[in-house]
Amino acid sequence: MLRQVWSSIATQATSGLSSGSTSIFSPAGTPAHSVFSLSMLVLSITAAIFLVVGGLLFYVLLRYRHRPGEKDASQEPPQIYGSNQIELSWTVIPILIVVMLFLATARVILSTQNAPKPAAALDVTVIGHQFWWEYRYPKLGIVTANELHIPVSDPKHPTPTYLTMSSADTDHSFWVPRLAGKMDLIPNRVNTMWLDPEAPGLYLGQCAQYCGTQHAKMLLRVYGDTPAAFAAWVAHQQQKAANDSDNSAAADGRKVFQHTACISCHTVAGTVATGTFGPDLTHFASRDTLASGSVVNTPENVRAFVEDPAHFKPGVLMPPMHLSQHDLDAVTAYLMTLK
Amino acid sequence: MSETAVIPQAPDAAWELPSRGIVGMACLILAEAAIFLIFIVAYLYYLGKSLTGPTPHDVLEVPIFTSICLLSSSATVHFAASALHHGKRAATSLWLAATVLLGGIFLAGTAQEWYKLIVHDHLTISTNLFGTTFYSLVGLHATHVVVGLIMLSLATIFSLTGSLNSKHTGRLEVLSLYWHFVDAVWVVVFTVVYVLGR
Amino acid sequence: MATQAIPTPTMHRRLWLEVVHDWVTTVDHKKIGLMYIGYALIFLVIAGFEALLMRVQLAVPNNHFVSPQVFNQLFTMHGTTMVFFVGMPILFGFGNYLIPLMIGARDMAFPRLNAFSFWISAFGGFLLYFSYLGGSGLYGAGSAPDVGWWAYAPLTMRAFSPGHSTDYWTLAILLSGVGTIGTAANIVATTLCMRCPGMKLSRMPLLVWLYLVMSGLVFVTISPLTAAQIMLMLDRYLGSHFFDTQAGGSAVLWMHFFWIFGHPEVYVLILPAFAFANEIIPVFSRKAIFGYPAMVAASVGIGFISLSVWAHHMFTVGMTAGANTFFVLATMAISVPTGIKIFNWLATLWGGKIHFTASMMFAIGFLFQFLIAGLTGIMLSVAPFDWQLGGSYFVVAHFHYVLVGAILFMLFSAFYYWYPKVTGRMLSEKIGKWHFWIFLIGFHLTFDFMHIPGLEGMPRRIYTYEADRGWMMWNIIVSSGAIFQTIGTLLFVYNMIWSYFKGDVAGPDPWDAWTLEWSTSSPPPHYNFAETPTVESRRPLWDLKHPDDPDSHYE
Repeated sequence: MLRQVWSSIATQATSGLSSGSTSIFSPAGTPAHSVFSLSMLVLSITAAIFLVVGGLLFYVLLRYRHRPGEKDASQEPPQIYGSNQIELSWTVIPILIVVMLFLATARVILSTQNAPKPAAALDVTVIGHQFWWEYRYPKLGIVTANELHIPVSDPKHPTPTYLTMSSADTDHSFWVPRLAGKMDLIPNRVNTMWLDPEAPGLYLGQCAQYCGTQHAKMLLRVYGDTPAAFAAWVAHQQQKAANDSDNSAAADGRKVFQHTACISCHTVAGTVATGTFGPDLTHFASRDTLASGSVVNTPENVRAFVEDPAHFKPGVLMPPMHLSQHDLDAVTAYLMTLK
Repeated sequence: MSETAVIPQAPDAAWELPSRGIVGMACLILAEAAIFLIFIVAYLYYLGKSLTGPTPHDVLEVPIFTSICLLSSSATVHFAASALHHGKRAATSLWLAATVLLGGIFLAGTAQEWYKLIVHDHLTISTNLFGTTFYSLVGLHATHVVVGLIMLSLATIFSLTGSLNSKHTGRLEVLSLYWHFVDAVWVVVFTVVYVLGR
Repeated sequence: MATQAIPTPTMHRRLWLEVVHDWVTTVDHKKIGLMYIGYALIFLVIAGFEALLMRVQLAVPNNHFVSPQVFNQLFTMHGTTMVFFVGMPILFGFGNYLIPLMIGARDMAFPRLNAFSFWISAFGGFLLYFSYLGGSGLYGAGSAPDVGWWAYAPLTMRAFSPGHSTDYWTLAILLSGVGTIGTAANIVATTLCMRCPGMKLSRMPLLVWLYLVMSGLVFVTISPLTAAQIMLMLDRYLGSHFFDTQAGGSAVLWMHFFWIFGHPEVYVLILPAFAFANEIIPVFSRKAIFGYPAMVAASVGIGFISLSVWAHHMFTVGMTAGANTFFVLATMAISVPTGIKIFNWLATLWGGKIHFTASMMFAIGFLFQFLIAGLTGIMLSVAPFDWQLGGSYFVVAHFHYVLVGAILFMLFSAFYYWYPKVTGRMLSEKIGKWHFWIFLIGFHLTFDFMHIPGLEGMPRRIYTYEADRGWMMWNIIVSSGAIFQTIGTLLFVYNMIWSYFKGDVAGPDPWDAWTLEWSTSSPPPHYNFAETPTVESRRPLWDLKHPDDPDSHYE
C-alpha cells in the first residue's frame, strides 16, 4: 500500500499528461465565474449560520450541563413548554434568508440558461458513447473524438461555443469544472450548454453520470485555442486522411485495418472505413491521448491498446482483434500516420 | 427493582377510536392511488409518442356497457353491506351475487377487447409505447378487479352458507370500500384512456 | 408513586428448535421489532464492509485492489442495502417495538400483517444478496447488480444490462416496498386506533407523531417506486418500452419516478431520527420538549414540502430555467421547518440540566452534524452551485453527513437509550463513551474531508482516478477515517453482547423518563401492560412523579 502511495506521488510529479486542476474554485469561463461568485455568497451565508447556531449549541452545552455538586442538583429545572414569539422569530428569519438566497439563485439560473447566443458562436454537437466522446462541428465539416478544441472567447467580441448534447446509449454528463457546471447527455433528448474559455490552455474534466463499467475513464479534454491556433487546427482537421504510400509498414497496416472488423466501427474519412460505433480515426495521430484521454498517444501505447483494449480500460466495448505481432506493428504504424 | 409504576385507570372511559379496518383500508387505498397515478402519468406522457402504429384512435372502442356494469356494482355492494347491517341475509346474498356478476361482465368485456387488440389489430405490450402503457394501465386495473371479485365471491359463498351475519358488517364495509376505490379508479382510467387519449 | 410487583416468569430451558419456532411464527410487535433491528444490523455490517472495500480501492489513484466491475457492484449494493435493508428495517424495528408501548397498546393493529411485512422485506434482502451466488443466465455464475442504487434508465435495459443482475435488484426493491407499505399501514392504524384512553393526538409522544407522518409519507413515496419497478420489470420480462430509449421511451421519466420516491425517502429515513431526538434530548436535559405543537407542525410541513422537491436531483438533466427555479424555491423552503426543529431542540437544552450519557452524546453529535448537513444541503439547493457539485463527491459527503452523521448517530443514541428497556440491562457507559469518541473522530475524518475532492472536480461512482488531479491526499484521509469508524462499530457490537450478560440491571425506568414504555417492566411482558393505562398529559410519568405540578395543568 505504502509503495503504491509513493509511486503515485512520483507519477504525479512526472506525469506525461499535463497536470491540471479541475477545481470549481479556479473558474476560467463565464458560466463557471457566475457559479463561483454565487457560491461565495452561499458559503458566507451558511458559514455565518453555522457560527451562530453551532456557537449557541456549544454555549448551551457548557452553560447548562448538569453539575452534580450543586445544592439543587437533584431538582428538576423549571419546565418551559414553548413560546410563540420566540418560535415565530426563528421561523421568520430563516424565511427572509431563503428569499434572499432564492433571488440571487434565480438570477444566475436565468443569466446562464437564457443567455442570448451571439452570431459568432461556434456550434459543436457532443454525443456521449460508452465510454468516449464524439464531437461534430456541423458547420466546419469536422468529426473528431475525445479532445474538444474550441476558441478562447474575448469578452469584447465573444465567441462562445454552444454544445448540442445527446447520447448514443446510456446517460452521461459533461463536466469541465473550470469552464462550466455539468450538463447531462441523455439518449432521446437534446440538451445545450455553452463554454467560453477566457485563456488558452487545456481544461480537464470527466463524465459525471455513471454510464457503465468504464465510467471512470471517460475523461474530458477541452483545448482552449487562440483564434489563430484554432483556425490552424480547423484547417488541419478538414484535410483528408493522410495516405503515406512511401511507408511500407503503414501501407501494410492500412491493408490489415481495412480487411479486419476495424472498419465496421471506425471511420477514416476518404477510405472504406465508415463505421460510426467507435471514435473517428481520420486524424487520430494528431491527438495527444487515446482511450478517451486515459493514456498518452505514443506508438507503444497504441500497439498495447489495439492488442488488448481492456488493458488500459477494462470494460471497453472494443474487442481485441487477435492480430499477429506483425499485423499489430503494421496497424500501429498506419494509425500513427493519420496525422 | 422489581416493581413498576402503575398508571391509574380512568373511571369513565368514553374513549372512541376509529375502526382499524377502515383506517387500514384507507392507507392501502392511498398507496394504491399513488401507484395508479404513476401509471396514468406514464400513459399521458407517452400519448402520441409511439414511433409506430397502431394508435389509440385506430383501434380503441369505448367500452360503455361494461363501464356502466362496473360502476353500478358500486351501488349493489353498498346495498349488500346495508342489508347485512339490517340482518337481511337473503338480500345480502342477492346483492353480493349481483356485484360479482356485474364485475364479471366488466372483466369479460376487457378480455374481449384485449382479444380483439391482440389478434386483429396486432397490438401487444411490446408493439409500441401505446401498447406498453395501455396494457399495463388497464391490466393493473383489471388485476384489482380480479382481486376484488375473488374476495366478493368468497363473501357471497359465506353469505349463502349462512356464516355471514351482522357482526361482520364492518368487514364487508372494508371490502366495499376497496370495491368503490376500484370503481373510482376506473372512472379516471376511462377518462384518460378512452376520452382524452383517443 | 404507586407501584406494582412484576411476576417472575418461570424459567426453564427450551430446545433451540422451540426458540427458533417461537421467533419465526411470532406476531408479537416486540419480537418483530427486534427481528427487524437484528436483520438490519446484519446488513449494516455487510454494507459497511462493502464501503470499506471501496475506500481501500480509492485510497490511491490507479489502484487495482478490485476490478471496475466489482467496484460498480460494490457501490450499487452498498447504496441499495443501506437504504432499503438497513435504514428502513432498523427504523421500522424501533417503531414496531416502541409505538405500542408508548401509546399504551397491547400490540400493533394488525399483528399478522406485521409479521408478513417483516418476512417479505427480509426475503427481499436475501434475494438481493442471492445475486452474488445465483446464476445470471449466460453471463457466468454470480452477478450482483451494478447499475447504481438509483438504476438510471436506459442502463437497466436488457441491451446494456444483460443477464439477471438488474432483475435481482428490481425484485428485491419491489418486495421490500410491499413490506414497507404494509408496515406503514400498520403504524398508521395503530396510532389512530389503538391509543390508550386519554391519549388524544395532541398528547401523543412526538416519536409516535413522527412515525405517523413518516408512514403517511411512505404511501406516497414507496408506491411510485413500486410502480416504477413494475414498469421496469415489464420492460425486462415482457419487452415493453417504458424506459427503452430506442423505442421512444424516456430516460428522464424514470428519473422523475425514481426521485419522486428518492427525495421523500430521505425524510422517511430522517423523521424517525428526529423522533428519537424528540424523546431523548428532553429526558437528558430534564426539560419538556420546547414547542410541541410547532414540532408537530414542522414535521407535517416537512412531509408535505418534501413531496415537491424531487427534481433538485435533476438540476443537470436540462430542465427549463422555470422548472429549475421552482425546485430551488421548494427545496430552500424545506429548510424553514427543519430550522424550526433545530432551534426547538436548542431551546429544549436551554435552561436544562444536561446529563452527558452516551445516549445524549450521540444525540448532541446528531444535532451538530445535522446542522452541517443542512447547510451543505442549502448549498446544493442553489441550482447553479449544484451544476458544479451535483454528482460529485461533495454530494456523497453531504448525504453521508445526513445518513451517518445524523441518522446513524441518532440510532446509536436510541440504542443506548432503549437497550435497557429491551434487555433489562444497561449498556456499558464506559465502552459507550469510547465508542462515541472513536466513531466521532472517524466520521469527521471521512466525511469532512470527502467534501474537498468534490470541490476539486472528483465525480462519484468512479472506481479509480487520475494521479494528476491532486485528489489523492484527501482520499487517503477519507479512507483512514473508515478504519476508526470500523473500530467504533466493533466496540458497539462488543458492548451490546457484553452488556447483555454482564451489564447492570436496569429496572423499569433507568433514565427517570416520562413516556409510557418506562411504566412497564424491562423487558416488557408479552402483554405490555398489566392494566391498560390512562393518560392525562404528554408526559404521564412526569405527572405521576410530580403530582403537585403535573403537565396537564399546562396543556
